[in-house]
Amino acid sequence: MPLDLFSVGDPIADTKAPRDVPIGERWSTRRFRARLVNPANRRKLTVIVVGTGLAGGSAAATLGEAGYKVKNFWFHDSPRRAHSVAAQGGINAAKNYRNDGDSVHRLFYDTVKGGDFRSREDNVHRLAEVSVSIIDQCVAQGVPFAREYGGLLDNRSFGGAQVSRTFYARGQTGQQLLYGAYQALERQMAAGTVEQFARHEMLDLIIVDGRARGIVARNLITGEVSTHFADAVVLATGGYSNVFYLSTNAKGSNATAIWRAHKRGAYFANPCYTQIHPTCIPVKGDYQSKLTLMSESLRNDGRVWVPKERGDSRDPREIPESERDYYLERIYPAFGNLVPRDIASRQAKNVCDEGRGVGPGGLGVYLDFGDAMERLGRPAIEAKYGNLFDMYAQITGEDPYETPMRIYPAVHYTMGGLWVDYDLQSTIPGMFVIGEANFSDHGANRLGASALMQGLADGYFVLPNTINDYLADGPFEKVDDSHPAVAEALQDVQGRVQKLLSINGNRTPASFHRELGRLMWDLCGMERSEEGLRKALDRIPEIRQEFWTNLKVSGDLDTINPTLEHAGRVADFIDLAELMCVDALHRAESCGGHFRAESQTPEGEALRDDENFAYVAAWEWTPEGAPPVLHREALEYEYVHLAQRSYK
Amino acid sequence: MAKTNSVAKKAVVAVTGIIMVLYLIAHMIGNLKVFAGRESFNGYSEWIRTIGEPAVPAQTTLTIIRIVLLTVVIAHAWAVISLWRQAKRARPHGYVTKKAVAQSYASRTMRWGGVIVGLFIIYHILDLTMGVANPEGPNGTPYDRLIAGFSNPLITAVYVLALVLLGMHLRHGIWSATQTLGQSNKRRERTVNLFALVFSVVLIGGFLIVPFSVLFGLVG
Amino acid sequence: MTATREGASFASGTETDPAMAPHGMTLTLRIWRQKSPSDKGRMVTYQVEDISPDMSFLEMLDVLNEKLILAGDDPVVFDHDCREGICGSCGLMINGTAHGRGTSGGPTTTCQLHMRKFKDGDSIDIEPWRATAFPVIKDLSVDRSALDRIIQSGGYISAPTGTAPEAHSILVPKKDSDAAFDAATCIGCGACVAACPNASSMLFTAAKVSHLGLFPQGQPERNERVVNMLAQQDLEGFGGCTNIGECSAACPKGISMENISRLNHDLLGALRAGARPKS
Ligand SMILES: Cc1cc2nc3c(=O)[nH]c(=O)nc-3n(C[C@H](O)[C@H](O)[C@H](O)COP(=O)(O)OP(=O)(O)OC[C@H]3O[C@@H](n4cnc5c(N)ncnc54)[C@H](O)[C@@H]3O)c2cc1C
Ligand code: HEM
Ligand code: HEM
Ligand code: SF4
Ligand code: F3S
Ligand code: FES
Repeated sequence: MPLDLFSVGDPIADTKAPRDVPIGERWSTRRFRARLVNPANRRKLTVIVVGTGLAGGSAAATLGEAGYKVKNFWFHDSPRRAHSVAAQGGINAAKNYRNDGDSVHRLFYDTVKGGDFRSREDNVHRLAEVSVSIIDQCVAQGVPFAREYGGLLDNRSFGGAQVSRTFYARGQTGQQLLYGAYQALERQMAAGTVEQFARHEMLDLIIVDGRARGIVARNLITGEVSTHFADAVVLATGGYSNVFYLSTNAKGSNATAIWRAHKRGAYFANPCYTQIHPTCIPVKGDYQSKLTLMSESLRNDGRVWVPKERGDSRDPREIPESERDYYLERIYPAFGNLVPRDIASRQAKNVCDEGRGVGPGGLGVYLDFGDAMERLGRPAIEAKYGNLFDMYAQITGEDPYETPMRIYPAVHYTMGGLWVDYDLQSTIPGMFVIGEANFSDHGANRLGASALMQGLADGYFVLPNTINDYLADGPFEKVDDSHPAVAEALQDVQGRVQKLLSINGNRTPASFHRELGRLMWDLCGMERSEEGLRKALDRIPEIRQEFWTNLKVSGDLDTINPTLEHAGRVADFIDLAELMCVDALHRAESCGGHFRAESQTPEGEALRDDENFAYVAAWEWTPEGAPPVLHREALEYEYVHLAQRSYK
Repeated sequence: MAKTNSVAKKAVVAVTGIIMVLYLIAHMIGNLKVFAGRESFNGYSEWIRTIGEPAVPAQTTLTIIRIVLLTVVIAHAWAVISLWRQAKRARPHGYVTKKAVAQSYASRTMRWGGVIVGLFIIYHILDLTMGVANPEGPNGTPYDRLIAGFSNPLITAVYVLALVLLGMHLRHGIWSATQTLGQSNKRRERTVNLFALVFSVVLIGGFLIVPFSVLFGLVG
Repeated sequence: MTATREGASFASGTETDPAMAPHGMTLTLRIWRQKSPSDKGRMVTYQVEDISPDMSFLEMLDVLNEKLILAGDDPVVFDHDCREGICGSCGLMINGTAHGRGTSGGPTTTCQLHMRKFKDGDSIDIEPWRATAFPVIKDLSVDRSALDRIIQSGGYISAPTGTAPEAHSILVPKKDSDAAFDAATCIGCGACVAACPNASSMLFTAAKVSHLGLFPQGQPERNERVVNMLAQQDLEGFGGCTNIGECSAACPKGISMENISRLNHDLLGALRAGARPKS
């Protein structure tokens, strides 16, 4: 569908995966063919790693240990605070410890299918292969995974998988995995191989002679803007769910690093692919600053319902069984409350759109443990979900043992990100992107417990093997601030920061962020339509216009100034939001987390259009108001055959 | 060893504390001889000065005990003061508003309580060992000094106050010492705390019987 | 003020008539303001109105800051990120207790303390963590990198990437694994230091020493780890622990005093075995 909003450029392809060998041999073949760097030369090579989450932390530690000179940047005060710390559920690995038929191939298969056939087979297969080593590595570091009485590791089934392949550490898996990587990283810092730049925000990428050669970063405490150089740059800056303002991401999670790199030439792939998680605590008021995820595991015992009547505002306990609609059980008798995230989310939206939602604003559905309490007794429920119930009670002030929980979907994860090849290199030579920041291996929908797997796979095992091939050409010629490209990047950043502070209008960054988020949630959220997206695309430029003329930032340039930081991030979110809407509009099919109202089956399920859309949409930035350029990477399925997902 | 090792200092506090506790057990039992009468009590005092004679010169054992106790008290006080100063350096700028959530009264009074007990010990030695601070003067027997002292309600009050403080010091100190020496855990915590309480009450009770018995004329 | 009546009004999942909803709370805040590390700093009084009981403590501060920004004043700086009690960024002394533990009625982080714990008309004192090892950066934000340096001095297991044996080749009794997990949940917030009358980071250090020391994988470095981490703790200017127990009471993750005992045990053992800190 040609649109006035973008133009189409040449197709793009990954050239690094060795397609001449069968899929199971491609990763080892690539490792063999990639050039190596002699240990003595590694000391002469510098790598900048931005980010200390699972991806960045594990990469920086591993590269430092390998002997490279690593410069590690992050905006938090400590590497341990990266948002990976908040992941609850678990991490997948094809260990087949349960002897329940799991294998690398099955994990590969499930992930490709779960991604609704919008991911690259080669990458997913490698992910499944590497998953096994991740668990070994983490256990060796002392990550306290759940164990059984015999002393062996415990597994559970997660996110609707039919095998038990999820390793977990109570409800704090991300935290424990991150601390493993963080400790490895701190060890390298003590050893002097990793230089640390805490509370530094990357604000631009430096490209010299076509190669990524460094970054411009702002010291968030002194406000000083400075340049840093290296032979390669690795971005591991996480996802951009906060474009929606309210999401389950941390307040500081941002798109700035990848967005500025995009503006310097890195293609942005599938920006519209976002994951909405069905079980979050609903919004309470417009002061709300973030949303909290309640683990998906609650759906194992909780039953989801809304009143049959619209506007029924009785106490849920007074609504008789016959006047309740257990809509998931009704629509999907086979999977019931356990349908995948995207489906559960969309149905919650549907019943709320019908006016049957509960709680403030009618944006919520009940998750009822009444039956489970009767069947299993309160102590069993306490043992299983006690900490989640406590968290719910602390946040809402309601007792979920007494009255049903209220839940509502919220933005949770972004499958889109910077485009990378099999080596995880972006379209800018020398710039690598790992973790949630790249367009990742999850296609149009991420399965539960697979983001942690991908972040650690990238950081511990993939990048440290592939980056050598690039660095083998180094060290590259020295650059410094006198280089025109460097001076320009530095000036750009300084000018921008000053500009934000000097507008002196009447609206705070947060008020713009809230407005943008609301718009994106309404028009580019759980359900997208051509009409809505066009409306959003009309509105976003107006918001941008107002932002740059009516923004108010107080405080100073040369001390810690969170309002200023926020303003810069909101400015980038506004630009990114526009690209997301263009991407969502151009992809006139439904797939995974991307649901287009125009493309559904008669029963209202997502309808893929493989004929026209079996590709990765990689967007090129064009300066000065020109529409972005679409480069398509065709997706071929040699090993997993295209099929429609069905959960009825 | 690093210049300051706060845990090593704490170990000194604990070990010296325990030695002092052992001494106090013996001392308390010794004091109870007052009920066996003047001879018995003075005999005990005599005996402690003559153990081992003539193999060793008079007062050898007592001198050893005195040297050990003095060293122990000094070491205890040194370690404690040094930790105290470290704490001051660690937070020179206090809070405008600060409230305790868990701290017990006993744990809060360790430092000043300890200082008062220390001052008491000096007074006590001047009083009963040297006799200079005793109504009876330096020339009487220990038994006479004791009776003379405790017949005075003021002196008794000083002792009672010091002993109660000491009791609290030990109540927290015994638990604290198990913790410092790495012998406490969740399972044991209750037991240790209970033991510390019972032990302190019995010990202090054992001491207190003497002045009260004198004050109320049961002895002397 | 931006709080909605809606947010303030519902209870038990039922909506009440907005007109009937109680008005939000009005609170007096006394907040420590300090422009820079060298500035002397002082308590400044602010009023916030229409605070909904459903707001989190930090959302209440957001409301204040929006007002300050629009007035062209410097907003109050405080650290925060996840706002769900797991990243360890947030940390304020609220009415004299770390994370507002004296008000919360249970273990909490500042971001998980909700305004329903306060009453209309309350006055709230808000101060930064205070310790020499945690210098104030600005207002309520302090530099906690000393905790990272304690980890650097030995809070890890040396397991270079790629060298790990098969995960199931190491068996760990569930009891040890669970105890290690309990200790490993420390989020590095520093509330223990803030609450301790000695400004000691002992609970933090003990949590890491316990976590790693309880695992078979952690044994080879066990002695060096404890001596070095403690030496670093003293070097950073933290106070020594005298077993007061305020730390554990303030800890949002309920890290127990047992871990301190375990550290002491390990330390004395390590010293006996001849382990000495690398200076
Ligand atoms: C509530 C929640 C629960 C989840 N549960 C699960 C789960 O159970 N299983 C699962 O597999 N996945 C889960 N996920 C997803 C998963 O946690 C994330 O996708 C993953 O942790 C991202 O890791 P990362 O390393 O890519 O990025 P992050 O952990 O977000 O790290 C980003 C890093 O980049 C730095 N940074 C960012 N921007 C800049 C900048 N401009 N300049 C300098 N530094 C910068 C930050 O300081 C940080 O160190 C969950 C996510 C959420 C939000
Ligand atoms: C000279 C005067 C004294 C002072 C200033 C003093 C002070 C202290 C202080 C500050 C502590 C540390 C508190 C803590 O660790 O929680 C302590 C601990 C202790 N004290 Fe004393 N004290 C004195 C005398 C005594 C005496 C006479 C005894 C014994 C009878 C004693 C027994 C103990 C014990 C057992 C401990 C616990 C050790 C530990 O905490 O590890 N102290 N003392
Ligand atoms: C009611 C309580 C007590 C009584 C009746 C008592 C009695 C005595 C007497 C009679 C002596 C002199 C013994 C002699 O010279 O032969 C003495 C000495 C001493 N007492 Fe006590 N005492 C009491 C409590 C304490 C306490 C609480 C402490 C310590 C905290 C203490 C520490 C000492 C010491 C150190 C000496 C000196 C020992 C020496 O070097 O000769 N006493 N006491
Ligand atoms: S021990 Fe508790 S209070 Fe201390 S840093 Fe860890 S989580 Fe915070
Ligand atoms: S309060 Fe302080 S003294 Fe020790 S037990 Fe906790 S660190
Ligand atoms: S903001 Fe993360 S713990 Fe409070």
